[in-house]
Amino acid sequence: MPRYSLMIDGSSHAIEADADMPLLYALRGELAHRGPKFGCGLAQCGACTVIVDGVATRSCILPISAVGKASVRTLDGLGTATKPHPVQAAFIAEEAAQCGYCTNGWIMTTVAGLEQNPHLTDDEIRSMLSGLKCRCGTHMAILRAAQRARDAMAAKTADAALFTDAMTEVRS
Amino acid sequence: MSRCDGTVLRLLDRRSFLKGTGTLVFALGTSGVAMLKLSAAEAATLTAAPRAIGPKSLDTWLAFDAASGNVTAFFGKMDMGQGVDTAIAMVVADELDLDVARVSVVMGDTARTPNQGGASGSSGCRLGAIALRNAAAEAKRVLVSRAAERLQVSTDQLQVVDGVVQVINDRNRKVSYRELIADGFATELDWNNRYGNNLNVTGKAKPKTPDQYKVVGTPVARKDIPGKVLATTEFCHHVTLPGMLHARSLRPPVAGSVPVAVDESSIKHYADARVVRKGDYLAVVADSEWHAIKAARELKVTWSDAPAPFPGMNKLFDYIRSAPTASDSAKGGFGGTAYDTKPALAAIGAAAKKIEAEYEVPFQSHARMGPSVGVADVSNGEALIYSDTQKSHDTRDGLAKFLGLPPDKVRVVWKPGPGSYGRSDSDEAAFEAALLSQILGKPVRVQWMRNEGHGWDPKAPACVIACKAGLDANGNVDGWYFHARGFSGWDVNFNAAEPRDTLVGQLTGFVKADAHNFGAPGESYAFANAVKFWETVPTFLTRASPLRTSHMRAPQEPQVHFAHESFVDEVAAAAGIDPVALRLQHLKDPREIAVIEAVAKLSKWEARPSPAKDRSGKLLRGRGISLCNTFGGYVATVVEVEVERDTGRVWARNVHVAHDCGLILNPQALRTTIEGNVVQGLSRTLCEEVRFDERNVQSVDWLSYPILDVMQAPQRIDIVTINRPEQPAGGAGEPAHVTIPAAVANAVFDATGVRMRRLPLTPERVLAALKANA
Repeated sequence: MPRYSLMIDGSSHAIEADADMPLLYALRGELAHRGPKFGCGLAQCGACTVIVDGVATRSCILPISAVGKASVRTLDGLGTATKPHPVQAAFIAEEAAQCGYCTNGWIMTTVAGLEQNPHLTDDEIRSMLSGLKCRCGTHMAILRAAQRARDAMAAKTADAALFTDAMTEVRS
Repeated sequence: MSRCDGTVLRLLDRRSFLKGTGTLVFALGTSGVAMLKLSAAEAATLTAAPRAIGPKSLDTWLAFDAASGNVTAFFGKMDMGQGVDTAIAMVVADELDLDVARVSVVMGDTARTPNQGGASGSSGCRLGAIALRNAAAEAKRVLVSRAAERLQVSTDQLQVVDGVVQVINDRNRKVSYRELIADGFATELDWNNRYGNNLNVTGKAKPKTPDQYKVVGTPVARKDIPGKVLATTEFCHHVTLPGMLHARSLRPPVAGSVPVAVDESSIKHYADARVVRKGDYLAVVADSEWHAIKAARELKVTWSDAPAPFPGMNKLFDYIRSAPTASDSAKGGFGGTAYDTKPALAAIGAAAKKIEAEYEVPFQSHARMGPSVGVADVSNGEALIYSDTQKSHDTRDGLAKFLGLPPDKVRVVWKPGPGSYGRSDSDEAAFEAALLSQILGKPVRVQWMRNEGHGWDPKAPACVIACKAGLDANGNVDGWYFHARGFSGWDVNFNAAEPRDTLVGQLTGFVKADAHNFGAPGESYAFANAVKFWETVPTFLTRASPLRTSHMRAPQEPQVHFAHESFVDEVAAAAGIDPVALRLQHLKDPREIAVIEAVAKLSKWEARPSPAKDRSGKLLRGRGISLCNTFGGYVATVVEVEVERDTGRVWARNVHVAHDCGLILNPQALRTTIEGNVVQGLSRTLCEEVRFDERNVQSVDWLSYPILDVMQAPQRIDIVTINRPEQPAGGAGEPAHVTIPAAVANAVFDATGVRMRRLPLTPERVLAALKANA
């Protein structure tokens, strides 16, 4: 089996896998990540979302051989209880999860979107999140959380500044 | 092991107990506890040792950590994402006078929690909390009396502040719970000798009265949220066992066909993959999950020529109307009663004005975010199974029968899963994993694929509901007829206590039961000469059907109330009466009346008959109301819609909910729970319909079974909650959901003058109806 060196959350990991194995299986399997979930395997629901070179990407259809040297960020590496990413802080504050199985996709998509543009309008936030699935119907709390995160990041709160520092570290 | 009643357990300090133990196999307690395995991950958490469980023993319900003074509550139900565990922690904290942060809740592990019936019928707080409250009150009584002995004062001179018992007039004289707990409580409770939802225990202590609550009724942050947001929660899908194999099941292209021949050479290029077959169940197992997936896709199977089992979805409602009646509410359970249609039909026949309508609801899929998963280790005459089932104790009993093991050798450990709103596919993979593990002698993880999650989960029953009413010359209702006719809600039982209620069970020789249930509305409308009844029709395919039917959120109540609350509106329109006024004229239950009045006020309801007078323009606006009283919850909802005349698109722009579920435990979690009810209800109303042809289900993913997108979510959901501390805590996980379909359909009628009597209200269907009525 071919061997791949992946840059995940700022550190390098060697994974042996079939070339066509989606990245999700390396994250869930070998790396025992708990963020990205298997929801459909068809890129239809977003539960598996990771950020690849700044772009929210469905890891369930991304072959491991296509990742190359790209930098992959996952929910597992995003923040911690004491130092959450502003998007995580907002999701916790708004209690924007029910079962929590899809939460990864909403958070990672919001992170990628707001890091590109922390001044999205409410309508733009809806568009950004369109296509993600939540079976429990947590839509309203998720929208509030994304707006709260936007406000926090746009205002460059202390949390956001801390986060930018952390990002620089990861990317450098 | 959970059947051993009255066992008094010596509580061991788990930390010291586990320290230095290299083994993952051990027992705790003195009687009736099987030797059961722990995963390495669980052993690391130091919380998962089996315990003696008997409802009579206070130690069954609560365990203090002697070092920290924190308490663990053992809860025989589980949370599906609405914060039930937090509510239980609040109840326990309140009775013990303890900070709620000190209370953690273990749920649904058959080796650690009593059988309280699992998640069902919005019963987590409504029923499940009662036993915990009583147990916690008794625990406080025992601890305070120990403190009185220690401090040499009478108990009435003591108070408890965050787990510290102190003398009221001399607060320096104090002792903490953790100093008093010693080896546990060794206290017996009175148990009502029941298991399941109705299990209750009482002690000598009287629980607090609502005016004494300090935690209950205050907003408390849900305990489960940070782990889900920070990716630290261990879902069932994350569980791994050493040496675990991965499996995928194979499903026939035509429902009902079975494997005739399997060409194993077709997957020989996967060295780690092999085929396992038992009866008509077929799976591929591999060391690597990806290989299991690919090998299952590539395996060449010859399937039997089965006759096409279904009429196709275009003939669904004709079938329901014309099929022989399988059972009816005179024979059925869950509120089924004898009925006589004659007085109602006679009154309607003689009425000055007759109103008749038929409503149609298709099959709907649980369509969980993640399809079924199960991890099993069946070896040495024991079984350890991880599942996100809603009812782990029943699943344990079913697995014991399936595997031929005594129930006390089977442990089912519940882990959080991708929601579950009824009898979904959640038990299926656990049974498949258990079978494969038993055959192979190794731990096995089965994960269903997306097409199975949609295509092979049990479905919410499709139905046709006929309503009739008569109005006398003065416009008063005389004669009311409600006749629901659909597939059985019990075609698959609401628990998995019998292997026949799983796909793999049916494929390996367990014959499906012939059980029937549907539903009729229970609101207090006092219509003269009313009859409400249901009938069921036979399922299409009696073995391993992808259209087998089961409970799905508020079982059958969304269907029933779509019809009934739409029809109430139709009668109001026929009588030229405001829909709120008609309801208030006929309702008798003061709590139903209160929520109607509250939602009318919240939504600034304009009293007038529907439809709206001005129905010109491209964007039509209207409002509709709906009521339900189920599971101890009283909910009235007003939906304001916008209907695009050119596309038929319906947007539920603003939703107003008045909600009374008795005593409110956690107002914060209640609000998000109500929002979830509303949004999932909008999804079932506007989007969801299982597609199938003559051969099989064709809804196999999110494209062929769309649910409500965030772009379609309302602009606002406004909620008014009515707290009734004098009433028991009622259900909140389902009642609001039930109100949505009719509120939307009534709003669409108000906006357009067109009555939509079939779910879902897709743009195509609404557009066609608008054109037909133009």
